[in-house]
This record gives sequence, C-alpha cells and structure tokens, in this order.
Amino acid sequence: MSPPPIAAQGLGKRFRREWGLRGLTLEIPSGAIVGLAGPNGAGKSTLLALATGLLAPTEGTISVLGRDPLRSAGVLAKVGYVAQGAPLYRSFSVAETIEFARRTNAGWEDEAAADLLTRIDSKTKVGSLSEGDRARLALALVLGKRPQLVLLDEPFASLDPLAGRELLQLLMDGVAETAATVVVASHVVADIERVCDHIVLLTAGGVRLEGNVEQLLDSHRLLTGPRRPLGSIRGVREIVRERHSGRQLTMLAVVDGPIVDPSWTVERVSLEELLLAYMAPERLPTARPPEKVPLRWHG
Amino acid sequence: MRDVIEFHLDPRSGVATYLQIVQQVKEALRLGTLDVGDQLPTVREVVADLAINPNTVAKAYRDLEREGLVVARQGRGTFVASTLAPASLRHHDELRAALERWLGSALAAGLDEESIRALISATLRESLARNVA
Repeated sequence: MSPPPIAAQGLGKRFRREWGLRGLTLEIPSGAIVGLAGPNGAGKSTLLALATGLLAPTEGTISVLGRDPLRSAGVLAKVGYVAQGAPLYRSFSVAETIEFARRTNAGWEDEAAADLLTRIDSKTKVGSLSEGDRARLALALVLGKRPQLVLLDEPFASLDPLAGRELLQLLMDGVAETAATVVVASHVVADIERVCDHIVLLTAGGVRLEGNVEQLLDSHRLLTGPRRPLGSIRGVREIVRERHSGRQLTMLAVVDGPIVDPSWTVERVSLEELLLAYMAPERLPTARPPEKVPLRWHG
Repeated sequence: MRDVIEFHLDPRSGVATYLQIVQQVKEALRLGTLDVGDQLPTVREVVADLAINPNTVAKAYRDLEREGLVVARQGRGTFVASTLAPASLRHHDELRAALERWLGSALAAGLDEESIRALISATLRESLARNVA
C-alpha cells in the first residue's frame, strides 16, 4: 500500500491572530485528480503551501507521500508546485528558465517538458511572455520533474478561455503519461468540473465537503415542492440547504433511498450547484471577516 | 488509421463523461463508421483533445471491453472486436427463437443437459467441417 499523496491530521495554521486553517483532517486518494474548491480566504493556498513545506503547521500534522515536507527534501523532488500567479524569474529567458530547472532538479527530463514549449521562442524573456505562455512554461517546469504529486494554485485565474482549455489539455496529457496525483485549487468550479474525480471543499479554514465526485452527485438531489412544515422525509437523510419563495420550497438533500412522495419534484444537481449549496452560510453573517492574504511572494 | 473516431463532450447533458464516450463508440459501431480491427484513439490522444480525466477514458474503454465490443492489447492500444451493425442483430433474434424451439423439442424428447450439449458440439463440429471443405 503506497502512502497517500497528502494526509493531514488536525492541521492548523495561524497567522498572527487569525486561523487560516484549523482542525483540518483529510486524505487525498492516490492517482486522483482533486479539485480543491472554496471561496477566497477559505485556506486553499495555505493548505498547498503547507504541503510543500513553504509554511510550517501551527498545530497538527501534514504528510506528503508519507513524509514530512519540512524535513524531507527527497519528497519535495517528487512534488511539482505552481503558486498563484505562476511566479517565474521575469528577467530570465525561457531557455535560461529551463536550464535553471535542469540544474536544480535531479530527476529532470527534457522530453517531459518539451511538448509544452514547442510554440514558445526560447530566447524570449519570461516577462515578455503572454499569460498563457507563462502558465505553459510553469507547467513545463512541473512536468519536467516527473512528479508524483502536482499542486496547482489557481492556474486558470488570468487565462482567457482558450488558453485555459489548452492548459488543461496539456495538464491532462501529462497526467495520462505519469499517473500523477493532481490537486488543483480553484475558486471557479467550472474550470475543474471537467476533470476532477475527487473534490475537497474548504470554507473558513475547514473541510466542508469531501469525496468522490460521482458518489457525491449520486447521493444528492434537489427537491422542489409546495411549502409545508417538514417532518422527516422518506429517502432524505439530511437537508443541506433549503429555500422558500412564497408557496414553493426547494431544498438540496443528501438522499439514501428513492423519494416516493409524489408531491416532490426530484432532480440531480451539477457539481457547481452542489458546491455552491455547501458554500452558502446557514445564517446570514453579521460582519464579514477580513480577507486573508497568507502568502508573501517567495522569490 | 486512427482518425476513425473523434469524441466530443457535452458537459451540460447530465450524462457522465465516460458514458458519453461509451455511447459514441456504440453509435459508430451501429453506423458502421467503426469496424472490427479499427484502433480506438489512445487515452493520451483523447485527453489531449478533450481535456478530461484519463481515468474517465480508461473506464469507458474497460466498460466497452466488458461488453465484448473492444479488446485492449497490452502495449498496442484498444481495438474494435465486434460490431453492432443492425444486420447481425436482426439475425440474432430469429436464430435465438429457432434455438429455443429446438431446445423445447429436445427436452420434451427426454434429453438431459449433458446429452443436449454433446449433440450440439458434435453437430456444430461436423457442420463447420462440411462448410469449410
């Protein structure tokens, strides 16, 4: 049994007086393509930074491929990570960037990175590349390492739809070749809905929902019907979120059997609708907490 | 030889991705645009084209293999093993009905399962030998 790509136990990270993550317990299945979803400030970037040893936990533990990322340089060689904004050395040319990667990564393989670089002139300075080409170069640096685990923090954020689709094609091709586990943090669900087989939803520093996408979609239904006092409904195990408007009641429910009551219209939900329902707060907040900016730029 | 089928994905259809691939292969088989011996696109080709999870393609191909429609050849790719062309399906129905009638007669005549199998094997062997000669 190989160790899970990422395993966290009671993981917490505090920044001054705010907790970015707290009590997070989680295991990522090997070989999965995981969508790490959640609103801005939920802790996605913090979790990825903890997985790469860029941050140290305040409490709890995190292990990557069975090792502590803070203590094992060997395990970091198997992890490919692209931080938000795909940070690269802007004054380097593309060729110099690849040479840098070649010299700093023991397991570097030129052919693995080559596919992504065919349309980019190697003499161009990184700072002059388009957003799409910079993202492609950052992905080349990751895939050239032949990693077992790929961590991408908001890779589609500044890409137009075509560049985003091309990046996803290249990523999936790279994964098909290496069978790597991939974790993509994105606050736009549509970007990851296409490829993820596993989802982790973070809200306010904790795991709100987690599991295999197919199973989650199979176990939830949207029920619509006339508004009425609710007792227990046969087939419904838990109500995630309910809304009523005038005479109609709509609710997203976890189901454990068929809904036999004909007064309910029963529909499946999309992954995006499911995540939005879990992201919404149960009660309206009285004041919004300040937006967290946990990472400073690491040069 | 490998451009025989190009998959497309409708993310809004509510149909799981792997099932869409399975359905598109079956449709091509029914229409005859995919024939026995044709090679399906490799997993890498499909994901590089559609930007979908490689596990999804693998699952679709496994399902098709389980149904006997394709066969995976280690290191070489996945190939069409049988067709769904309407002609052969039509004959299946008639032949099945005739076989059931015959079996009814055999059982009524007092043959047990072993005897029926022996009779079928022998007759099949002789009949094939005659047709080839």
